[in-house]
Amino acid sequence: MKENPRESPWLHRFSILTAGATFLLIIAGALVVGHQAGLAVPDWPLSYGTLMPKMEGGVFYEHGHRLIAALVATLMTVLAVWLWRAERRKWVRILGLAALLAVIAQAVLGGITVLYLLPIPILVGHACLAQLFFCMTVSLALVTSPGWNSLDEPAEDLCCPAFRHVAFVTTAAIFIQLVLGAARRHKALGLIPHVVWAGAVSIMVLWLVYLALNKLPPIQKTLRNLSFMAGVLLALQLALGFGSYRMRLVSDGAPQPELPMIFITTAHVAVGALLLAAGLIVTLLAYRKLAAPGAALSFNQSPQKTMA
Amino acid sequence: MMRYKLNWLVPLLLTVSLAGCSGGNKPAEETSNAPATPAAPAAAIDPATVGEVTGQVSFDGQAPAKVRIHMDAVPACTEANKEAVFSEEVVVNDNKTLRNVFVYVKEGLGNRTFPPPSEPVLIDQKGCWYHPHVLGVMAGQKLDIKNSDPTNHNIHPMPSQNREFNQSQPPGAADLMQDFARPEVMIPVKCNVHPWMKAYIGVVANPFFAVTDDKGSFTLKGLPPGDYTIEAWQEKYGTQDQKVTVGPKESKTVTFNFKG
Repeated sequence: MKENPRESPWLHRFSILTAGATFLLIIAGALVVGHQAGLAVPDWPLSYGTLMPKMEGGVFYEHGHRLIAALVATLMTVLAVWLWRAERRKWVRILGLAALLAVIAQAVLGGITVLYLLPIPILVGHACLAQLFFCMTVSLALVTSPGWNSLDEPAEDLCCPAFRHVAFVTTAAIFIQLVLGAARRHKALGLIPHVVWAGAVSIMVLWLVYLALNKLPPIQKTLRNLSFMAGVLLALQLALGFGSYRMRLVSDGAPQPELPMIFITTAHVAVGALLLAAGLIVTLLAYRKLAAPGAALSFNQSPQKTMA
Repeated sequence: MMRYKLNWLVPLLLTVSLAGCSGGNKPAEETSNAPATPAAPAAAIDPATVGEVTGQVSFDGQAPAKVRIHMDAVPACTEANKEAVFSEEVVVNDNKTLRNVFVYVKEGLGNRTFPPPSEPVLIDQKGCWYHPHVLGVMAGQKLDIKNSDPTNHNIHPMPSQNREFNQSQPPGAADLMQDFARPEVMIPVKCNVHPWMKAYIGVVANPFFAVTDDKGSFTLKGLPPGDYTIEAWQEKYGTQDQKVTVGPKESKTVTFNFKG
């Protein structure tokens, strides 16, 4: 596979930087909600009529969130332009453009939440689009990696079901769980849907881990390790979820947001994003590295690469 | 359901138009400020026959532990409060009565209408705290919102029957004057800069309301003779109703009792 002379490892590193900054932005957003600071800055796009208000109380979290968002938007703009100029794969260039549009839409939704005093559907949409945008940046980081571009021809997947399909459904289930979590956090839904679906996600992730560790051949080391990591993140997320629930019961009626509550709910949001990212990476790599039995044989000249 | 064309122009136009919007108010078409058309007036109140209802709101049980407010996040707030500040959700007086209970005439005035006073009711943000914690105002009466602090506040009432707003008030800024067009008991108020700041505003259509003091007492003066339902609202313990009949020039006593 010829290397494009216009591609450079710096593009991949910049993609990682963008994805990392997006993850920090998700944490910053969770802190805004935790500190009940969503309306601490009543105007938009300026903050108290300035670019930099006095950073005290809730303003620190809300305007801090806006500053990180501006950084992410800047990084994404640079990345989109860089991809458009240097990336030879059209679908990657389009993904970069889609991510740029997503971050612009996210900024607009953020403005609407402030100007229209936190309408719940917009709050939930803002939270969900944040996760989708994060998925886009993670995808860009993955597909611009030297490892992705130097992958061998696909090997034969499991049957049946195929590992890559299980990974896809698992990732979709994780995303639905994040949507239910956002709806719960912004009081659009109760706790029960989120808890029930956590059970479904747990089954899917554990099944994925089982398939990865017991059915995939040892040569698929990356998929096995990443799937195991998803399992670890699931365990952590379930513990944080239970902790969040207990904390809410303990701090019910508290006169102000309490730091342990803010910490644990923010961690729950952050680990949820990481779990989604892990599922996404496993899915993308699985579809890159594995193929249906007939398709794998047609790719490979050597039967030793198939999994009998 | 409206469909949106997904092109780059739509979010750009939306962003530009939103940037021109005034901050912090819901659109006028969502909540109307116009009060309901009043019914035909009942018989005028004869001052020679008015009575009053007095009373107390007592408390039974163990007073909840005081919850300290932490203002460390804002140095100006900690500097303004040399002594510890505690939540006012439940304030039990020394005589085992409750402070900050909103008491008002809920029913019995018929179709009488009462013009709101021209004098505004003051709520002051001082020491990063709302003073008073619970207050009453008539529908249409002005609320004078003052910032006596050397720090920024934003005043954010969250009504369900009235227009919601969220306005910033820098230190030294002029008082904000607002009103609520419709009766509503109670409207929570918060400051998003200082999340421990909370107040409650009772908006009623008549002038017969009071907030209990440090003796747990209240007085509703100037009531025309009639049968009334008096309601007491407490932030944590909810509401209680009492029925009372006030004769000409009578003074009746009503007591409420909340249990902890």
